[in-house]
Amino acid sequence: MSARLAKGGRLIDRSKAHRFTFNCKWMRGFEGDTLSAALLANDQMLVGRSFKYHRPRGIVASGPEEPNGLVNLGKGDRLEPNQRTTTTELFDGLTAESQNHWPSLENDIGVVNNYAARFLPAGFYYKTFLQPRAAWKHVFEPIVRHSAGLGKAPKDRDADRYEQAYAFCDVLVIGGGVAGLQAALVAGRSGARVMLLEQTGHWGGRAPVDGVEIDGQPADAWVKTTVQALEAMENVTLRKRCMGAGVYDHGYVLADEKVADHTPGDGRPKHRLWRIRAGRIIAATGAIERPLSFAGNDIPGVMLAAAVRDYVVNFAVSPGDRTVVVTNNDDAYRTAIALHQAGLSVPVILDARLTATGALPEQARKLGIRVETNRAIAMVQGGKRVKRVSICAQAGEGAVLEEIACEAVAMSGGWSPVVHLWSHCGGKLIWDEATACFRPDAARPPLNHDGSAMVIAAGAANGALPAADTLADAHRAGEAASKPAGEAPKATAAEEAPMEAVWLMPQGAPVKLRAKAWLDYQNDVKVSDVQLAAREGYESVEHTKRYTTLGMATDQGKLSNINGLAVLADALNEHIPQVGTTTFRPPYTPVTFGALAGEARGEIFQPLRRTPMHDWHDAHGAYWEPVGLWRRPYCYTQGGESHEKSVHREVLNVRNNVGLLDASTLGKIIVKGPDAGRFLDMLYTGVMSTLPIGKCRYGLMCNENGFLSDDGVVARIDEDTWLCHTTSGGADRIHAHMEDWLQCEWWDWQVWTANVTEQYAQVAVVGPNARKLLEKLGGMDVSKETLPFMQWADGMLGGFRARVYRISFSGELSYEIAIPASEGRAFWEACLAAGAEFGVMPYGTEALHVLRAEKGFIMIGDETDGTVIPQDLGLGWAISKKKADYLGKRGQERSFLADPDRWKLVGLETLDGSVIPDGAIAVAEGKNANGQRNTQGRVTSSYHSPTLGKGIAMGLVLRGPDRMGEVLDFPKIGGGSVKARIVDQVFYDKEGAKQNV
Amino acid sequence: MKRYSVFAIAREALRHHTGWERAWASPLPKKSYDVIVVGAGGHGLATAYYLGKNFGITNVAVIEKGWLGGGNTGRNTTIIRSNYLQDPSAAIYEKARSLYETLSQELNYNVMFSPRGLLMLAQTHHEVRGYLRTVHANTLQGVVTEWIGPEQVKKLVPIINIDGPRYPVLGALYQARGGTARHDAVAWGYARACSEMGMHIIQQCEVKGVTQENGVVTGVETTKGHIGTKKLAIVVAGHSGQVAEMAGFRLPVEAVALQALVSEPIKPCMDVVVMANTVHGYMSQSDKGEMVIGGGTDSFNNYTQRGSFHHIEETLRALIETFPMISRLKMLRQWGGIVDMTGDRSPILSKTPLGNCFINCGWGTGGFKAIPGSGWAMAELVATGQPGPLTAAFGMERFREGRFIDESVAAGVAH
Ligand SMILES: Cc1cc2nc3c(=O)[nH]c(=O)nc-3n(C[C@H](O)[C@H](O)[C@H](O)COP(=O)(O)OP(=O)(O)OC[C@H]3O[C@@H](n4cnc5c(N)ncnc54)[C@H](O)[C@@H]3O)c2cc1C
Repeated sequence: MSARLAKGGRLIDRSKAHRFTFNCKWMRGFEGDTLSAALLANDQMLVGRSFKYHRPRGIVASGPEEPNGLVNLGKGDRLEPNQRTTTTELFDGLTAESQNHWPSLENDIGVVNNYAARFLPAGFYYKTFLQPRAAWKHVFEPIVRHSAGLGKAPKDRDADRYEQAYAFCDVLVIGGGVAGLQAALVAGRSGARVMLLEQTGHWGGRAPVDGVEIDGQPADAWVKTTVQALEAMENVTLRKRCMGAGVYDHGYVLADEKVADHTPGDGRPKHRLWRIRAGRIIAATGAIERPLSFAGNDIPGVMLAAAVRDYVVNFAVSPGDRTVVVTNNDDAYRTAIALHQAGLSVPVILDARLTATGALPEQARKLGIRVETNRAIAMVQGGKRVKRVSICAQAGEGAVLEEIACEAVAMSGGWSPVVHLWSHCGGKLIWDEATACFRPDAARPPLNHDGSAMVIAAGAANGALPAADTLADAHRAGEAASKPAGEAPKATAAEEAPMEAVWLMPQGAPVKLRAKAWLDYQNDVKVSDVQLAAREGYESVEHTKRYTTLGMATDQGKLSNINGLAVLADALNEHIPQVGTTTFRPPYTPVTFGALAGEARGEIFQPLRRTPMHDWHDAHGAYWEPVGLWRRPYCYTQGGESHEKSVHREVLNVRNNVGLLDASTLGKIIVKGPDAGRFLDMLYTGVMSTLPIGKCRYGLMCNENGFLSDDGVVARIDEDTWLCHTTSGGADRIHAHMEDWLQCEWWDWQVWTANVTEQYAQVAVVGPNARKLLEKLGGMDVSKETLPFMQWADGMLGGFRARVYRISFSGELSYEIAIPASEGRAFWEACLAAGAEFGVMPYGTEALHVLRAEKGFIMIGDETDGTVIPQDLGLGWAISKKKADYLGKRGQERSFLADPDRWKLVGLETLDGSVIPDGAIAVAEGKNANGQRNTQGRVTSSYHSPTLGKGIAMGLVLRGPDRMGEVLDFPKIGGGSVKARIVDQVFYDKEGAKQNV
Repeated sequence: MKRYSVFAIAREALRHHTGWERAWASPLPKKSYDVIVVGAGGHGLATAYYLGKNFGITNVAVIEKGWLGGGNTGRNTTIIRSNYLQDPSAAIYEKARSLYETLSQELNYNVMFSPRGLLMLAQTHHEVRGYLRTVHANTLQGVVTEWIGPEQVKKLVPIINIDGPRYPVLGALYQARGGTARHDAVAWGYARACSEMGMHIIQQCEVKGVTQENGVVTGVETTKGHIGTKKLAIVVAGHSGQVAEMAGFRLPVEAVALQALVSEPIKPCMDVVVMANTVHGYMSQSDKGEMVIGGGTDSFNNYTQRGSFHHIEETLRALIETFPMISRLKMLRQWGGIVDMTGDRSPILSKTPLGNCFINCGWGTGGFKAIPGSGWAMAELVATGQPGPLTAAFGMERFREGRFIDESVAAGVAH
């Protein structure tokens, strides 16, 4: 039985008890416990089921490397699947449920996979489920899908919120063990801005558990004084519960701070995502112990030796009365000693090496613990927990020499430095033969922009495993990141004899045992699977990983990768470094999506741009339409009318009375400078430099390929100032386009641009009564004579500073009035008041579209789609023939675009007056070589025209303007077709009489 | 080579799977071949496969600088669809999709093609009109797609939020037989089949130069020495510009990083593939239970196979808005691939200025779905020396002529 010891536990506070549930069973733990510790203290050895075979799984580790201890944490809108028990701090009221089983953890039907394991080796699904064909989708895949997956899918919207923050520092130290603390201390003393991150809730890492002494004092005491010293430095920031997740180019680091995971619902954000820009990064991320590969090494109760020590020393949790220790190194003896000191029994230490004469083995022997060398575990026996181990010679093939009853096995296969952060951005590794691990190659670090090392590995993360080396190495790293700082503190710990690599136990284990020796506990990958992959030619480590799924589980292979690699290398008869590692990809441990999304949720998940009149629209029945980041009224509904009715009413009111459009979203870019005219002549297809001051001109912009990309009216403000209107969606894009050309190509031209879209509110006053409305407002002469079509004027209008443009996008008498944004709402209301007697009504974007379509005006995005040139749209008149060049000119001269047989803009009128469906395509005779129906045109805009009482449309048709009167056939989705005649695209007021009054 | 089946597995199980053969051989290069394909990604391997299958050309080597399938073929989010707007695209993608339907049986390797249905959400009126246009086009192209309303979207994807405050779902373009497949298996299945036909797949062999005589290709310089060939097919995706340079011509192709990520696995909660182009993100759930998520491309060129992280943040924001329940899932892995983007976002399958040298590239962010069709069409181009109906529109001269096949028209995201 695993249980709580009566005494001890350096991290728990026995005065604060917490109650929690696991699978609906109430349990007790203490403040400071991890959920793993609390579960073990309640004798909960079995915590889950593996992915593929649904094998019983118990806790193996004590940190983020844990592959098995995964639970559904919390409930409802706080349910979090796959939460790792080893990194979950216990709190009162915590609820957890185990995963991947049905109907219960103890009795899981999925375990049939286990009995069939022999038929389900690595990659079996590539070789099966081939017949019958339909069965994969309908039978096999649903079964595979259902038995896979781990945690429960949440159903609800997340109740918590998340925060994001930026930080900048000279030296970022990741890892708050003694190495990280020392490195931070050195860097901090140099005066550098230092940030120190630690993923757990406490400082000091392994050293205090491992009995290290520093400068003559116990590690705990040294940690305490060092943390105090760091806290006292103003230039140093310390953050606990903050995991360095990923290292990116140019010293960019993501870190995930678990602010309120252990205090859910207290109002604080659940996580805070830090985006840190660091001059230098010190990775002091420690090392992770490796399991040993022996048969039955996945049975609950088999744990990493250091984890057992952690549970005993930190949490006063015993893994069982009798724990067998199995190892290839001296460090694991510390576990035996710690167990012994806690009053627990260690029946035997099995050491795979031929001799064990170091200080620690000697100490163990002195304590009366039996030590056996050249010994291995032949097999662990047990089902849902360890019952006994059978022992054999490591050098042999597994003949059982002895059986020993026990409740737990503590194993150690040596240590692997945590090289993830070093590797994320390209840091290279070297193989260290003596400690059988990959460690950072200082000669090939990830590089900063200036070619210097961006990341410096320190301490155990650098392969400096013994405590004395760790501290000296960290001191050096701190110096390398800042400046020389004198003597390093001296750490002392028991001397360790060399380890000996053991990749399989026993060395000659037959296939029967290898098929029970697990590498990846969560994904159920065994030694035999990796050997199978190698045999079948999946020789690259990436192939093996993907074929077997080794290391692809939620622990990302922190325990399994090196062991798997070694087995692969052996199978290929190659050296481990030749085989190489798989790529280390961020994040180091999984990060919650919510944290990555941050505050940007719901209404503000993207920035929301509102015009100054926004609230007025909202209060007056606006039905909103997103336009880029803006929100524009599609129409304003009155009473219970449908949107269609509203649009109808708004269109007619513009045609008969006067309408108001909030045109504030229209892009407004000021282009200024001695070369501004020349610049605009290059940007637009027409000539802008000759535009007289006070006048407006319609302009088209094309991209380099010649395709039409935006349009709008340009006004000449003064000698060297132009104001360019763009489409609402185009403002930012066009501004960037301008700057792109100015900064990259014409950097010697004296031109400056400013996007003033939001500085102005703009109101279009449109309709036969428009002038009357403005005259009622008073203050400016807006008569035909003083302010003719395509001119603008500044003045005071109804007491507002206004710039009035006489332009029209509807074919009606129309003014667009720009007002300082702060006065937009007041001006809008003034217009409404002044226009009341003339029948004024606001109208939305849809009425705008209908009005312009009736008039045959094109709309960027409807008539254009990135493949259309102005010539296709009958806009040749807006292209200057005189200019030597403009953006897109050369593109338009290419053979396909200059071909007269292109699809060109025309009007379309159905024979029966109906509306052609949006997106309809006109067919031609026959099929092409690929069996597709030939086509000869398509609809670009199609509306019911309230003014004309029938359907109207524009479209692009092969040689359209030359085929007036011809009838085209537009098949409908789902059968039938609409017939439409090619007509002139201007349906309303062809002479332009109405806009020129 | 042993055929794969349930019976073969049962037989092997009795001897603990010690009798399986290599899936593909690992030969030394010969002096010369009839055809060399550079790049053992999906497209390269499929090209080789159909050269053998459709044209009986088997004296072929596929040369790969790393491990086969290790490029974008092994990094993508495996979306398969053919609901393209332009005729030439719809033709080749639908050819590919229909070949996917029977690929597992054809290759005797389960590529797990899962036509579970694919939705492209419309979240603006503009997008609605765009997708209606696509449905019209698809109907005439013989591609089965339909337009469905928001309620039907909700029925197909219960976890979706159709009433988001910013971009409510107005409907979707639905391709019922779009879906996903297992990317590695596609590469491995083709590789195994090529190897079985006696073709050579030469891994860990980088092409460093292209040799020619009188304007006609004669072979390639590689890290394993010179290898002669009568014909050369360059199928190297993100590295096309570099290899083209070796062959003495330039390409209208840029290399940018595209990113993807997966969540930790959870029990099945979404059966169809959903793409949301307005908010920019897409998601499907793999057979392992991971949510597979694709992000955006960087706006600058690079070869690092890492992207800018803010794309990941933006994508997740968009997807949490679309699927609020994913907020508490965790990002397990994140990665990038270098994609080859052409000016019109459509691929190039083309003859080149160098005689007997052909190129297949420019699949950019969306070429996984095209692998069988592309291989089929490319094999025809290489074998006959002339473009067939599927490749005719994709020649590289189209950029000089301005004859673009622009798909960005229909969708902001092109996966
Ligand atoms: C993140 C991401 C998500 C994607 N999502 C999708 C999706 O959902 N759906 C979809 O359809 N597509 C998607 N794609 C695109 C798709 O992955 C690619 O279009 C497709 O895989 C390209 O295949 P390929 O065979 O042409 O290229 P690759 O698989 O990249 O193969 C090219 C091969 O050429 C080799 N090579 C390069 N240079 C040399 C040389 N000098 N000598 C020898 N060998 C060389 C490379 O090592 C590589 O193996 C995505 C891409 C990415 C990066």
